[in-house]
Amino acid sequence: MTAAVSVRALDVTLDGTHVLRGVDLAASTGEWVNVIGPNGAGKTTLLRALLGLVPFDGEIDISGLADQRRRAARARKLAYVPQTPVIPVGMLVADYVLLGRTPHRGVFAAETANDRRIAVEILERLDLGGFGERAVQSLSGGERQRAVLARALAQQADVLLLDEPTTALDLGHQQDVLELVDALRRERGLTVVATLHDLTLAARYGDRIAILAHGRVVETGPPTEVLTVQNIAAHFGATVRIVDDPEGPVIVPTTAAGRSQAASAPITQNGDQP
Amino acid sequence: MTATQGGDRAETALRAAGLRPASLVAGLAAVVVAVTAGLTIGPVDIAAHRVVIQLLDGLPGVSLDSGLSDAHAAIVEQIRLPRVVLGLLVGATLSMSGAAYQGAFRNPLADPYLLGIAAGAGLGATVAITSNLGDGAGALDPVPLAAFAGALISVTVSYAAGHLGGRSTASLILAGIAVASFLTACQTYVLQANSDAFRQIFAWILGRIATSGWSEPALMLPYVVVTAAVVLRYRRALDVLAVGDEEAAALGLEPRRVRMIVVLAASLGAAAAVSVSGLIGFVGIIVPHAVRLAFGTSNRAVLPLSVLFGGAFMVLADLAARTALAPAELPIGVVTAFLGAPFFVLVLRTSRREIW
Repeated sequence: MTAAVSVRALDVTLDGTHVLRGVDLAASTGEWVNVIGPNGAGKTTLLRALLGLVPFDGEIDISGLADQRRRAARARKLAYVPQTPVIPVGMLVADYVLLGRTPHRGVFAAETANDRRIAVEILERLDLGGFGERAVQSLSGGERQRAVLARALAQQADVLLLDEPTTALDLGHQQDVLELVDALRRERGLTVVATLHDLTLAARYGDRIAILAHGRVVETGPPTEVLTVQNIAAHFGATVRIVDDPEGPVIVPTTAAGRSQAASAPITQNGDQP
Repeated sequence: MTATQGGDRAETALRAAGLRPASLVAGLAAVVVAVTAGLTIGPVDIAAHRVVIQLLDGLPGVSLDSGLSDAHAAIVEQIRLPRVVLGLLVGATLSMSGAAYQGAFRNPLADPYLLGIAAGAGLGATVAITSNLGDGAGALDPVPLAAFAGALISVTVSYAAGHLGGRSTASLILAGIAVASFLTACQTYVLQANSDAFRQIFAWILGRIATSGWSEPALMLPYVVVTAAVVLRYRRALDVLAVGDEEAAALGLEPRRVRMIVVLAASLGAAAAVSVSGLIGFVGIIVPHAVRLAFGTSNRAVLPLSVLFGGAFMVLADLAARTALAPAELPIGVVTAFLGAPFFVLVLRTSRREIW
């Protein structure tokens, strides 16, 4: 498998703070890599560096992109769903999704029939077919997240960068969005790099997980290897229990009361109750 | 079948965005009404249909008899028409520049004077008047030239200072405020030292659409053309910029470059407008907002329609300025502010949640 994106020895300093230090990470074509880590670990900065939005030292390789200085060329390879997208007041869903065609049409050209066809197809695929004339700001949280995803998909990029795509959503909509991304990934061979706070969801939907802590990638591998009681305690400062489930590890936070009760019972190495 | 219907519906919506033919027709109609009123109404009564025929007669290859006497024809063609055309140019430029500033700064309260154009032009005009370089009348008078220079210098200094401050739109706006305050202080000082020129300077500041033949419109035209060509070309880029610099950059735009080109082009036109007509407030805010309320927020519609409705509004405001207290003329800045201030409050109230 070729790497769709890879970073080597990535260093980012923002306002004198060393945010990322020697980060190495790669995502193969069609792979879904989740970047997890505590608040302030540098997850968003990592995505922003990939997008060329912050100055960096080190190497970023994007498959098929020779000249990284041209923003439009980069936007044809990488599509971005920000954590808190700016929703322009009064902009219609159709226009919002068509913004995703900007890197293909150029900033001065009108959208073509092909651009409109792509936008319509994506709106239909994301169950937003009847929403074209609605203002984006009038949508519910779940619909809005799909509209933002639709704009990113309209870029027809190979790699989808998702920054906390589920933060503002209830459980059902979290699941909907991630299932949708997963289905689209399989349909279109997309590579997905996402940051997620919910570790259980990260385990469910990621092929691989990388833990970012204090600006460094400290662990990387399949969910079952990375999501251990020890790693989570060390990097998140959280006390959890890990429940094995056929679909992947389930991370359950424990309370102080629960822990003292459990202390009297034998506990396995992995933190599971026998 | 359902899917097809949904697709058709979405596709219709996709086509509907931007400048609709009906909006364009409405804008052109507003211009025609304003121009006809501006040419017809005045101390000398001239029938509207005769005015229209007289104008058509002036077109190349058209020969019609309007029935107007030579004196009346001269009033229409040599006195009222240049003034109406100047009103169109000034109104169109201030509105378009205001809309461009609002789009570039993503701030509904931005106007063409945001980066110190008014203060710079005011200082330039004040210095020229107090130095007895001219009286503020006539297109090649030193007063408009000094105002133009002052306006361009203040925008340039604001832009340079704003970039030093971190390149965000906020630092640019703050730099504009600082530069404007400084220049206003300078102007006040010059004014205090030359209180005999106060009346003349005050009249300049309140603004007027006054012409001596075609020299003012001719002077203004090249700047309007350049500003319109650049700003209208960037209308789609401004729509992309609406999602903020970071997302716009992720969509392949160069946000800072787009903002700089649009703001400098808009400033050039606004500086030219200020130099020939003085400081006419609120047009750059009320017209674009009225257009947004009526026709939607896409810059593909807002920018061209601001040109048309801005021109029409200014011609009508000038008509009110010269007829309300005829034969005396109200300063046009009084008329636009009298209409503009209440509207501005309304905009503030309705868009409060969205701005903050």
